[in-house]
Amino acid sequence: MHISGLIDNFGPLTMTGLAQGAIYALFALGYTLVYGVLRLINFAHSEVFMMGTFAALQTWGVLGLNPNSPAPTFGRMLGFLAAGLVAAIIASGLTALAVELVAYRPLRRRNAPPLAFLITAIGASLTISEGIGVITKHNLHGGPTLIKEEPVLTIGNTAISNLQLLLILLALVMMFFLDRFINKTRLGRGVRAVAQNSDSAALMGVNKNRVISLVFLLGGLMAGVAAVMYMLKIGDTRYDTGFTLGIEAFTAAVLGGIGNLRGALLGGLLLGVVENYGAGLFGTQWHTVVAFVLLVGILLFRPTGLLGESLGRARA
Amino acid sequence: MRQGLARAFGGVAIAALLVGAAACNSSNKTTTGGASSGSTCGYKIAYFGALTGSSANLGVNIEQGAELAVVQYNAKHGKDCITMQKFDSQGDPAVAPGLARSLVTDAKIIGVVGPPFSGESEAADPIFNDAGIPTITPSATRVSLSTHGWKIFHRAVANDGSQGPAAAAYIKNVLKADKVFVGDDQSAYGAGLADAVKGALGSAVVVGTDKTSADGRQPGNDFSGFVQKVIASGATALFYGGYYQNAGLIRKQLTAKGWKGTLVAGDGVDDPGFAAAAGNDAAAGSYVSCPCSPASKAGGSFVADYKAQWNTDAGTYSDVAYDAANMFLKGLDAGNTTPDKMNTFLSTIQYTGVANTYKFTSVGELDPTYIKVWMFKFGADGKPVPDQEAPKS
Repeated sequence: MHISGLIDNFGPLTMTGLAQGAIYALFALGYTLVYGVLRLINFAHSEVFMMGTFAALQTWGVLGLNPNSPAPTFGRMLGFLAAGLVAAIIASGLTALAVELVAYRPLRRRNAPPLAFLITAIGASLTISEGIGVITKHNLHGGPTLIKEEPVLTIGNTAISNLQLLLILLALVMMFFLDRFINKTRLGRGVRAVAQNSDSAALMGVNKNRVISLVFLLGGLMAGVAAVMYMLKIGDTRYDTGFTLGIEAFTAAVLGGIGNLRGALLGGLLLGVVENYGAGLFGTQWHTVVAFVLLVGILLFRPTGLLGESLGRARA
Repeated sequence: MRQGLARAFGGVAIAALLVGAAACNSSNKTTTGGASSGSTCGYKIAYFGALTGSSANLGVNIEQGAELAVVQYNAKHGKDCITMQKFDSQGDPAVAPGLARSLVTDAKIIGVVGPPFSGESEAADPIFNDAGIPTITPSATRVSLSTHGWKIFHRAVANDGSQGPAAAAYIKNVLKADKVFVGDDQSAYGAGLADAVKGALGSAVVVGTDKTSADGRQPGNDFSGFVQKVIASGATALFYGGYYQNAGLIRKQLTAKGWKGTLVAGDGVDDPGFAAAAGNDAAAGSYVSCPCSPASKAGGSFVADYKAQWNTDAGTYSDVAYDAANMFLKGLDAGNTTPDKMNTFLSTIQYTGVANTYKFTSVGELDPTYIKVWMFKFGADGKPVPDQEAPKS
């Protein structure tokens, strides 16, 4: 145990954790939305994320930004970022919709038992990731450096970098818009209605299939943004990038309360921060252990997660 | 209707299976014997190691080096005289045992070039030992591999007992770093090498240690915690025991956080894949050690032949693997057509190949007189170039 390691690095570890947590939070939204509406754990969501990372990578490659290019100027960087976001959102959204259409809708139509959904989800996840693995020959694909990380703010011994601020800001902004969408718009009301009771919602005139497609699309959209954030932060991607990150994101979703949007944000940020504290305290190899010990601990005392399930409740 | 369809499918499937099995059996009988001449033909040399997976480049370099030797032999002795049988372990010690068991069932295999990684060697060599199939590893450097009493084990390069101290001496004397952080990926190879380096550097120089997940398994490829520790320790050099993918990601993330120190690593990072993962700019100026001489210095026409055969430059250990395969072929020519005889042949061999001269000690290590360790430096184009030969300690 390196307590001094934790105390001395408390600031930097917190900032790193928040930046990491921001990615978890947006990634977790996909899991939490689908679970809230369908009571289904969408294991294929990790591949939705992975497709987003590759889409962003390919787009930047086509635009001339490859792994060995120098970091672009501010104006060009914004252009590249926008292009990457659009590409990733489209790719992730389409993948999510495709998975829903091909894997889950036929099962819903046949009123299949929940186990069938679970197995199909895992199967869909493996199919997509291994398929991409064969195409990319299981290689790591290096990405370009879009933003040169520089400290912009210094609090004590903690230098907060531009990238960290950007990631946290992006997560908060996307979360805000999603929250408003779910709570204030007509489509959002439809989502909440289907989450509460899908049959009654159908009786009230809500098109259940359309709402479910919308939910998958929203999750995919958030995953696309998370994918670009990941490419900004880590910059490399592989066919199984979604898999390990997906488990962490799913943990974050459960931690915050699965089915609860704000819970996904809280869970993500909390998980990122605690994992880094754990890495600082015990060593990087304990990173994952700490995350799951935290999860088990919280679930012991609050089985529905920190903020509880609430997509289907009158207040989100 | 449904049942009938199911039965029809089942019937067709069983029929197809039977026909396939019959075809397989008959084709086995008619191969190798006819097309070739001489009693050395019809045998197989196996490559057992990574061909896919996160460290695939290292394995592919070795497999292609060995296969070049077989291709050249076949050019002289007849098409398909010797076959190169490939077993893809993905570099994974969990996959290795099952694959090794299927390798030893093939009676035509008289030797194995590999396994190239120490972790899978630890897992698969006991199985090869039980079956008595000789192995020559062109790259597994973990010291403990020769301590298990495996009579089939032969190492064509120096082990980490030489590589570690050489890298440490280079860090201390040439790079003149007095604060070094040592990390590893908890693999049999990485941890072993990092320990050797740590021991050689001494506790006065090592300012911190940490471990990461195995190559390709770090959650989200995020090494922020590790990077944070390196920066906080004030180290001016980092030694990482591991493979090129993790090392590349770590180097990229260290550069992103503004760390200006030098990354030094072992032969597992001696591959352009390191620069592909880190980006050429970040990778430039990193050093790797290797118990091998530069492939470009290989003797004879090896460099040109490799390029002509595979349309790419020879990689790390390609030349050693070429020599290993040639040692098996030389054994075949001398009439050692069973694994036992081949093993005895290897124990007394003194062979000069394109990369080195080989003679094995009683435990299978390379004779100390032939050990060499080189340091390589990554240039601005992302390729490792020879820097200097590490002095023999």
